[in-house]
Formats: sequence, structure tokens, C-alpha cells
Amino acid sequence: MRLLLRFDSKTVREPVISRTTLETGALINILRASVGARRGEILIEVEDEKVKEIEGVLEKLGVDVVELAEAVQKDDELCVHCGACVSICPTEAISFNGEKRVVITAEKCVHCGACVKVCPTRALSLPL
Amino acid sequence: MVKTINEINQKIREGNVVVVTAAEMKEIVEELGAERAAKEVDVVTTGTFGAMCSSGAFFNFGHSDPPIKMQRVWMNDVEAYTGIAAVDAYLGAAQLSETAEEYGGSHVIEELVKGREVELKATAYGTDCYPRKEIVTEISLEDVNQAVMLNPRNAYQRYNAATNSSNRLLRTYMGTLLPNFGNVTFAGTGEISPLNNDPEYRTIGVGTRIFLCGAKGYVIGEGTQHAPPYGTLMVKGNLKEMKPEFMRAAYFPGYGATLFVGIGIPIPILDADMARFTAVRNSEIETKIIDFSVARRDRPVVRKVTYEELISGKVEINGEEVRVSPLSSFYMAEKIMEELKRQVERGEFSLTAPVDRIPTKEIFKPMRQREIKVVKSVMVKAHTIPPETPIEEAARLMIDKGLNHLPVVENDVLVGIITSWDIAKAVARNKKGVVREIMTRKVIYTHPDEPVEVAARKMEKNDISALPVVDSRKRVLGIVTSEDLSRLIAR
Repeated sequence: MRLLLRFDSKTVREPVISRTTLETGALINILRASVGARRGEILIEVEDEKVKEIEGVLEKLGVDVVELAEAVQKDDELCVHCGACVSICPTEAISFNGEKRVVITAEKCVHCGACVKVCPTRALSLPL
Repeated sequence: MVKTINEINQKIREGNVVVVTAAEMKEIVEELGAERAAKEVDVVTTGTFGAMCSSGAFFNFGHSDPPIKMQRVWMNDVEAYTGIAAVDAYLGAAQLSETAEEYGGSHVIEELVKGREVELKATAYGTDCYPRKEIVTEISLEDVNQAVMLNPRNAYQRYNAATNSSNRLLRTYMGTLLPNFGNVTFAGTGEISPLNNDPEYRTIGVGTRIFLCGAKGYVIGEGTQHAPPYGTLMVKGNLKEMKPEFMRAAYFPGYGATLFVGIGIPIPILDADMARFTAVRNSEIETKIIDFSVARRDRPVVRKVTYEELISGKVEINGEEVRVSPLSSFYMAEKIMEELKRQVERGEFSLTAPVDRIPTKEIFKPMRQREIKVVKSVMVKAHTIPPETPIEEAARLMIDKGLNHLPVVENDVLVGIITSWDIAKAVARNKKGVVREIMTRKVIYTHPDEPVEVAARKMEKNDISALPVVDSRKRVLGIVTSEDLSRLIAR
């Protein structure tokens, strides 16, 4: 499961990831982080069984947690399967299937939004 | 063995024509050989679905009461060209809206084809015969007399692929190009693209009936910039008969509006030569990868490449594997080939012989220009200082000489730049010391032979007002300022 953690000016200074690991013993994989002086966002990947426990600890620490069940979304009414996004995706989450249609492998998507910005038909959007 | 188009049309009427897609034909010729394949197969359908800016539509809106001779006209705030008869206009796919972001002529065309209404607005100077000076109304495709898609350049046979050697992201008509050869983009559908299946233009010519965005259209000649084997076609078709699923308005971020145009062309297999032509493989279709970071007409060629390599999704550049994006939709191109195949099989689409050939040799000439103004002609002598210059001394030099920029030079080489703003900041923070501590180290610079437009764009993009001019060894030759450039470009 992927979790998007949002920090405000208070929590951004706390070592929340380490605390969460120490308290839960869970392994946390950081996929993307953008942390500034007053706020921050970190995308992490954790084991499904530990999600609730981890969320409990993070929320206790004052972090806003959003579960990301879905990858970047593609509107198939708009997509013409040109593939402009395919070479842009840093994690190779976008590819062609056997029918030459553009498909997204949800497990690989890190919600960076790079593809959203290059789509000529505005078919892509982030679920948040 | 020779077949005529009439004989093939007879088979279409009788319902026993043999039609295959270009993708299928490769296998058939490989298996049977060209001679037998030419006997078995009558028609090969080809297809492409790419973003083509050189597209648009002619409209005749009908006359208002009292009538108007449109001098300027807008459809959903996208201006169309009406320097022709009173209520005729041409809307270009790439023309941008004057009010809405990321919206252009292609979007207006798409809305109309989807059956929606658009706002028509026109102004005029008024004449005795056309007294009206303005009009605002709503129109749909049903309301206009004619709506004719007419694309000066479509169906590119092949096209240069694009990459970017610079360290900044480029947003181009070839899509977004990542820095440092981060990706490659290409256009065209290779071995299934119409012109690659008839490279001598024997059957595709003036008057050839084609599938254009779901309607029947026609080739009306070679396209603009036609330069075999980078051939192009000029095509027309009735917008009122088109289907939205076979076209799509697009906006390339940072570039502009364009239209994905779906084209299918049936190729009659008249003899073994035509069978051989339609057996062409992606591995035989070559193009070049061009470096778009050089904002000049003649961009450097990074390497030659085949469509087979491009379609594989990865190409090698300087020993590194680089990922590739097509910009044409192979899914849509195949859908078009299948649809056209179905239409020919059902007798709904018959073939035409060209009434005239399109050129097999043509050169794409550059523009005749008065002169290209380069940085050398506008640069002025630069006052340079060493990095150990005290800040106060640099400030005094700026005041005395009336300068805002001082390039910083060490061992004859440009190492930084300081501006009057840097000095003001240092003073405000009560910072004393030498310029090395406050200079900008990552200097954006230009070369003496760079066109002034390129230098101006560098300043605009980086929000700076001067560029040191350096030679290949980064020795400072002079400086250009935005004031000097704007005076020159405005003139």
C-alpha cells in the first residue's frame, strides 16, 4: 500500500518516519519526498498488513495520511494511445499492451505527475 | 500479371475483393512471395494517426440579414482567416484562442464534429452591399453551408525523431524532451503509413480517394514541404461527415494546439511491384534523431535510426539506452486500417486511379532571409573584473561606467557574473568582502554567432537582462543586454 504523508510546519521538523519504524517495526520504503522548511510531502510504500498500525502512529504524530489505492488516472475517452507519456515516466509505469494501447501499471506509479504535464489530450490526472 | 483499378472495383462491387491491412501484407508477401501475393491480394489498407498542425477547415457561414463582409472572424474566440469572400473563412488547427488557455482551432473543429455549437463572432468595415459591421451568433455544422477539412500537409511518410542534449527540459511540437538525452520522440507509423507502402507514388496521387477522419476524403496534391522520402499529402474531406473517434484535438504543453488526424489509404495491388512495396518493413525505413536543444534551422543529427528501433521503445545514444515515445497512435492507425478494410470489403469504398502524379523528387528549401542578425553585431565591450575585487570597488565601477553587469574572469575564463542587484543585496545585508562571495557562478552566456532571437529567448526564459559573450574557450568577448536586443528586434 502506498501512503501519502503531508506535514505541516510543526510535524515537518519531526523524524516521523524513523519514529514510525521504531514503534511498529515496519519497513518503510520512501518513493518520493518533497520536504521544505514549512511543509512537506512524502510518498511511502508499506506492507499491507501494517497499514493501519502505521497510520495510527503517523496520525498520533500529527501527520496527515492519505491512502493511495490508485495510480495516475487515464480517461480512455480522451486518450488516443499516442504514447507521449511513455518515455516520460521515471518508473516505467506506462507502457503499450499487446493491442498497442497505453496502459498504466498501478504498482509502479509514484504519483510524480510528470506524465500529466505532457499529455497532449489532457487524458491523465492524479487522483488527489 | 497486371490488374487494373477497374478490375479491382469490379471485384469490390461483386463482393469478392481480397483486402488485407498493411500489417497483414508483410506476412503474406514473406510467405507467398510478391508474385503470388499480388495474385491473391487486391487491396492493402494503410493508416496513420498523428498530430498535424498543418490542418484546418474552410467554412461558409451563409449570409446574415443585413449582410456582413467579414473582415475578422472568430470561432469560440479562435481567429479564422477571412481575407476571402464575405462569409468564407479558414480556421487553422494551430491557431490559439484569445481567451481560453490550451484551446485552439483544433478544439473548435472537434467540438463541431461532436455536434456542438460554437460561438461565431465577426467584425467588418461596412460597405454599400454589406452594411453590417458586427455579428455574434451560435453555429453548428448543420447551420453552415460548407465545412470542408483541408489540410495542406498531412500523412508524413517519415519524420525526424527528436532528442535533447541540453541540461534543461524542452517543450516542443515533438512533445516534452527530457534533459541530457533523457528520451526520444518520433512521429509517423512506419511500415503501415500510407506513403511508405507506395514509395514511388504510383497509386497515391491527385484525386486518390482516402479515409479522412471517418469520412471519404481526397488527396488534392503533394503536401507542403513534400520532400521524398519525407513525402507529405494535401488532403480534403467533408467535415460534416467526419466522426469524432477518428480525430482528436490536442495541445502540446508549452508549444500549442494541433490536431490528431486519422488517415487511411487503400493501395491497389496492381502487380508484383506493388506487392513488394507494401511488404516494406520498419527495419528498412530510416530516419534521423535530431538534437532539439539547438534552436536553429539546421539542428545537429545525433544518429541515424530505423523505425524498427524507434518502435522497440529503446534506442542507444552515446552508449546509453534511451526510452522512446511515439507521438502517432499505432492503436488508432490499426483501427483505421481495419475500418477501411471493412468498408472496402462491404463495397462501401471503391478505389480511384490518380488523375495526376505527385512529384517523386522535391527539395525542401530554407527560407530566403534578408540576413540573420547575430550577437556579434550588437554586443558591446564588457568590463570584466577578477573574483578578488572588493565589493565596494565593483560598486564604484558600476556607478562610474553606468553598468549593471560585470562578468567575473579568472585566468582569462568566465567564472561568474555580478549585477547591480547582487551589490544592492550585499549592501542591504551589510556584507563586505570580495565579489567571489556574492557572484552568480552558473552564468548563462551566448556566443558571437548566435542569432539575436536565440539570445533574447535565453534572457526571457532565465529572467535576466544581460548575457556575456564568450568564445569556445569561455573567454569573454563582450556583453549583450536586453535593452540593446529589444531595440534591435523591435525595429
